[in-house]
Order: sequence, then C-alpha cells, then structure tokens
Amino acid sequence: MEEDGYQGDVCKRFLYVNRRAPYGTIYALESLEVVLIGAAFEQDVSVAFLDDGVYQLVKGQDTSGIGMKNFSATYNALGDYEVTKLFVEKESLAERGLTADDLMEITYEDEDDDWAEKPSIRLVDRAEMAALMADQDVILSF
Amino acid sequence: MSTLHTVNKSPFERSTLGSCLEHLLPGDAVLILEDGVVGARKATGFADRIAAAAKNNAVCVLSEDMAARGMSEGDLIEGVTVVDYGGFVDLVTAHDRTQAWL
Repeated sequence: MEEDGYQGDVCKRFLYVNRRAPYGTIYALESLEVVLIGAAFEQDVSVAFLDDGVYQLVKGQDTSGIGMKNFSATYNALGDYEVTKLFVEKESLAERGLTADDLMEITYEDEDDDWAEKPSIRLVDRAEMAALMADQDVILSF
Repeated sequence: MSTLHTVNKSPFERSTLGSCLEHLLPGDAVLILEDGVVGARKATGFADRIAAAAKNNAVCVLSEDMAARGMSEGDLIEGVTVVDYGGFVDLVTAHDRTQAWL
C-alpha cells in the first residue's frame, strides 16, 4: 500500500492544536518540541491556538517567579524552521478579554519575497478554524 | 473529506466537548468515550448542546464505557447512537482524519 512505510519525499499537512495555557502543564512546551520535529522532516506545518491555548502567545510572559523556563521567545524562532502559519481563533481571544494587541509580535522572513519580514500570526474565526482542521492530513492535539 | 472527533472527558470537567461541537463541519462525526460518556446523558445542563449537534452530525457513544458507568441506551439524549469497539474502528476508517480533543 502506498501509505505504508517511510517515504522521504512525502509532504503531509500537519496541524498542531494548542488548547491549554502554558506552564500549568507540560503540554504547551511539548507541543513546541513536536512542531519543531515535524518541521525538521519538511512537512507542511500549521499551528492552531484556541481556547486557553491563546495564552501561550500573550506578550510579557515572565516566569522568573515560578522557577520554570520561559519558552515564549521560541515561538518567534519557528519561522527559521519554516513554521510560518500560526492560526489564532478570534472568539477564544474575545472570550478571555484579549485582543491581537495582547499577543507577541511573531514574524518570519519570506524567502520567496526577498526575505521580507511578515507576520506569522493569522487571526481566524471559529468557522475558519473548523475549515483549517478539515484541510489537514494529520491533527495532533496538545 | 470529513473528520472523526473523539472526546474523552466529561463536559462538566473540561471544555473539550463544548469546543469540539463548536468546530464541527457537515459530514463530521463525534465519538464520545471514557469519562466523556456522562455528557451524553439526557436532562443534564449540557444535553441541549448535544441534542442540537446530533441533528446535523453523527454523535456516538462507546458502549463499553457507558456500561462501565452504569449507563444504558435509555439514558441517552435522543439522536445519540451507541457503538462498540468494532464500531469505533469503522468510524476511524470512514473518515479522512481523527482529531482527539485532549
């Protein structure tokens, strides 16, 4: 069967779904690790942030008082691994009293456009998020 | 192209079932299993949302997990169907992808 076994030239659409706030559990950090692994295999990676997952991208995180590594800066490094599509759900922001201005500025350099710096975060509504999920080969939840 | 959504936690403990229902598209199915099955019981504070979803999408409950929690088919919200482990496999193969809401 075609889908059996490893095929080096196969590129699948992967969506990583983040629905939890950072630091209280290990999920957000583990998701980042797995996203980077997927990117290393040159897959088509998208990352979704909904429900409490939107808190992962809030700017001004300071973990010095809780003895945990602040990994929020890592999101801005995703572009270097060609992870350039971070989808944030508008309704999830609004339900939590947040706006796009509360999120970190995350950018990537577009190699197809003379390395122009472009925003990685794309705001989508709930229907668009559902459509994004329907457009994937593989969905991994964290 | 359709998705099977699985939810394994009670809607009274986690928001996964609620969020899942908000992201359903036509043709998608929901399989409620493990502790999630308590959300499929009728006359709960969550029942109206399940009943509404079941009008447009297949909403299924895993029989083995119902039985383990003392639930029978008569306890279920109208429109919710029961599947066993074999039915679980059929659901997985009938859809293009599975999204586990964790």
